[in-house]
Amino acid sequence: MTTLAANKPAYDGTTLDLTGKSGGRAFRNTLATVLIILCFLIALVPLLWILWTVISKGYNLLLDGSWWSESQRGITVRRVGGGAYHAIMGTLIMSLICAVIAVPIAIFGAVYLVEYGKGTRAAKVVSFMIDILTGVPSIVAALFIYAVWITILGLNRVGFAVSLALVLLMLPVVLRSTEEMLKLVPDELREASYALGVPKWKTILKVVVPTAFGGIVTGVMLGLARVMGETAPLLILVGYSKNINLNPFDGFMGALPTMINQDRTELALQPAADRVWAAALTLILLVMLLNILARLVARFSTIKSK
Amino acid sequence: MSSTDGTAPPDRPADKKMDLGPVGHLGDRLFAALARGSGGLVVLIVAFVGIFLLALAIPALAKDQSNFLFSRIWEPGGDNPRFGIAALFYTTMISSIIAMAIAVPIAVGVALFTTYYAPKRLASPVSHAIDLLAAVPSIIYGLWAIIFFAPILRPVINGLSDALGWIPLFEKPPTDNVGVVFTASVVLAIMILPVVTAISREIFAQTPTTHREGALALGATRWEMIRMAVLPYGRSGVVSASMLGLGRALGETVAVLIILSVPNGNDPWDPSIFAGGETFASKIANNAAEFDTPEKTGAYIAAGLVLFVVTFLVNSAARLIVARSGPGNKRPRKVRSDKNGADKAAQTEGAAS
Repeated sequence: MTTLAANKPAYDGTTLDLTGKSGGRAFRNTLATVLIILCFLIALVPLLWILWTVISKGYNLLLDGSWWSESQRGITVRRVGGGAYHAIMGTLIMSLICAVIAVPIAIFGAVYLVEYGKGTRAAKVVSFMIDILTGVPSIVAALFIYAVWITILGLNRVGFAVSLALVLLMLPVVLRSTEEMLKLVPDELREASYALGVPKWKTILKVVVPTAFGGIVTGVMLGLARVMGETAPLLILVGYSKNINLNPFDGFMGALPTMINQDRTELALQPAADRVWAAALTLILLVMLLNILARLVARFSTIKSK
Repeated sequence: MSSTDGTAPPDRPADKKMDLGPVGHLGDRLFAALARGSGGLVVLIVAFVGIFLLALAIPALAKDQSNFLFSRIWEPGGDNPRFGIAALFYTTMISSIIAMAIAVPIAVGVALFTTYYAPKRLASPVSHAIDLLAAVPSIIYGLWAIIFFAPILRPVINGLSDALGWIPLFEKPPTDNVGVVFTASVVLAIMILPVVTAISREIFAQTPTTHREGALALGATRWEMIRMAVLPYGRSGVVSASMLGLGRALGETVAVLIILSVPNGNDPWDPSIFAGGETFASKIANNAAEFDTPEKTGAYIAAGLVLFVVTFLVNSAARLIVARSGPGNKRPRKVRSDKNGADKAAQTEGAAS
């Protein structure tokens, strides 16, 4: 306040000066506007640049039908051909298994925070732990599963272990967004249901969750999008296989991020480079599609009353 | 029934309770148990992450022949394993802190642009575009950065090291490689930008209209309004957003792994940000194939544990900053709204990323 008063042009006693912005203040205002717009443009550059790079270098192979139906079996870095079917299926299988495990825990966890534990000390502890889990780096999650699955249980490196590591990363995302949605459900709906003699669990199942359903779906999709692009757990917990392997409990498995990683040191060779960028584009398409779908679901299913 | 013996309180006859009692009793208990179980599971998972990493790290640490915290050597194999995290810790921290220093001012600018500068019609698509940056998988950032972005940064690196080369931090390295810590930092900055932007945006948008209109009514320009009303209101939120961004940068694996060139084992350690290096995450991911003996694995798990503790501390600090600006401050009214704003943003952060 004081700085503003000091900057104000002095009132000379004859005319009331309403237009008077001193040159310095006007200049600073313009400078700030320019800088802020510049910040925004700077932020857009990498996004457009990355999208342009990946699309322009990768789209060619995607137009080929074999990209979607064949694996890389028997194809060396110097040879053209093959597809990404093994990697696409691997990515889908591992992230779907992850979702099947993570989503129920996340939804029940959110139900606990909003419907059962509200305001209790225990709920605060759970909430704090979710914050911590949100911050766990993917490599730490992968190391934890490595410690349990391989070092302690003595099992092999398989796709399912990756799914377990991804659960740790997906759980907090889905739980938090579900919690937000459940909080938005108006209490009047719950009270109306209780007044009709409906027990609490049925109220949650038939009134609260359906009301928040759109938001929950959005959270699940954003969670899926996050785990699909994860590479670190794949590097540690499963080997890359060029063959089609649809069994998450046995053998190595292809995945889009590891397919990129496999050939990234061979980019001087055209066939390998083409495949790397095509795999990158496929991965971006999958992730972006999920993101855009999630936002569409969110837009058409927002809870109106609040 | 039981009231015949006269022990039941007169105001609550037992048979009246029977009318409402049994409806869905089992379902209720089951459902509550499931919900509590899921909540408990989350706590257990976090506890297990710490416990299991610690359990596997301790035997390896016991055999460590050098100082784990202060040694820069990393030779976990053999009969006399010697490994320490000093170099890893240094590279991890310096790369993430530089990333944060680059990302935060730009993120604040972008957040201000979408909340107070962009036309209403444009604001929402613009924020979605920035959010899309978070959707790009990190391996693609790494690939793009090392091939297209790093060569462009080369002149910047040369210029900076020519001008500031007398400081060890900016010393020019002997070789002309592009996979240096500084490049990794700039890419990390791009990667954490959407997180910091999303939280800052959320908080700036919550600046009370009365504060903003009050400033404008006093004749403030738009920038003065932002400096007087919006920035003070959002300060603690921006600090906490920066810490969350820092936590994200600390744990980033694959992009850093692709970008950073691993220094030769015989080279002397180079503190310059224009040299290569390894972070905790990139070291672990780079050597996943070496996890053959429990001792060796233990060494990497110990490094992972340190990373877990560091990110834990950084994230907790972010939450604490939100909580600390609570009661007891000189300006209770504004501070209270600060807390609400930051809380809400911290919750949306998960969805935004």
